[in-house]
Amino acid sequence: MFKVKIHVVPKKSIADPQGSAVKDALGTIGFSGIEELRIGKIVEIKLDVSNRKNAEIMIEEMCEKLIVNPLIEEYSFEFVEESI
Amino acid sequence: MKFGVVVFPGSNCDADSYHALKDVMGQEVEYIWHKEQNVDRFDCIILPGGFSYGDYLRCGAIARFSPVMDKVVKFADSGKPVIGICNGFQILTEAGLLPGVLTQNQSLKFICKMVSIRIENTNTPFTELCSKKQVLKIPIAHGDGNYYVDKDTLKEMEKNGQILFRYCDNDGETSEKANPNGSIENIAGICNQQGNVIGMMPHPERAVDRALGSEDGKTLFASVIHYLERSSVYDSL
Repeated sequence: MFKVKIHVVPKKSIADPQGSAVKDALGTIGFSGIEELRIGKIVEIKLDVSNRKNAEIMIEEMCEKLIVNPLIEEYSFEFVEESI
Repeated sequence: MKFGVVVFPGSNCDADSYHALKDVMGQEVEYIWHKEQNVDRFDCIILPGGFSYGDYLRCGAIARFSPVMDKVVKFADSGKPVIGICNGFQILTEAGLLPGVLTQNQSLKFICKMVSIRIENTNTPFTELCSKKQVLKIPIAHGDGNYYVDKDTLKEMEKNGQILFRYCDNDGETSEKANPNGSIENIAGICNQQGNVIGMMPHPERAVDRALGSEDGKTLFASVIHYLERSSVYDSL
């Protein structure tokens, strides 16, 4: 069993109005030095597959087919739990 | 002519589209449940507005995998007209039938108001009765209508005449002020390279009666009816 966390964020070349609004708000309440802030989403998946390689292949396919729109988003993922 | 209005879980402009075509335009119309496998009996398919699958993940991302969508893709590939309105436009981009993507409005707000759009190309099924640079008053109602496409694709689209509508002011000028949602180049609607698949954020089905504040949407429906009648005359020759 694998638990995987997928991080999806808007590409740097894409405007992220939500991120800009939060960045500005943080500035307003006194936080300085924020160079960049982008808001994305996290998808947590528990996978019942035999090995890590298969899990990676599956996650990549899921991201490319549905979870991520490559025109505007980029993704990365990490294994947070492994139990065999 | 027979029109089909696809109904996804969460569609909410299906009845408006049905009404516009049936009662206002006097056409034959049928709803197409998203699990249906056969769309051969239709001459034109409409993907209506709404919040299919609650807009979960991204607008249109899940609806694009509804069983009917494979058939809609084949229908479009055969050259028959397909129009996606609002959420329908988002579904068409997610399905890869149209280039680009609709992202969150620049203002982060849901915008519901009457806007002016300018006709950029009159050589498509849905615009053939319009005149070039004609300004139509048609309402928008969306939270994610900010059209984006990369520069190279945009250049290609401009060259192919794939930009159909741009947000403009009452005089037809496409200023930044007339752009309600931050769309690149004020784009409000586009078509594929062949011209038979159309996506637009404004709702022509909500502009078919003077009581609704505008009848300009009728021009687009009249165009496609004209187009279909013309094509069927050629077919029978």
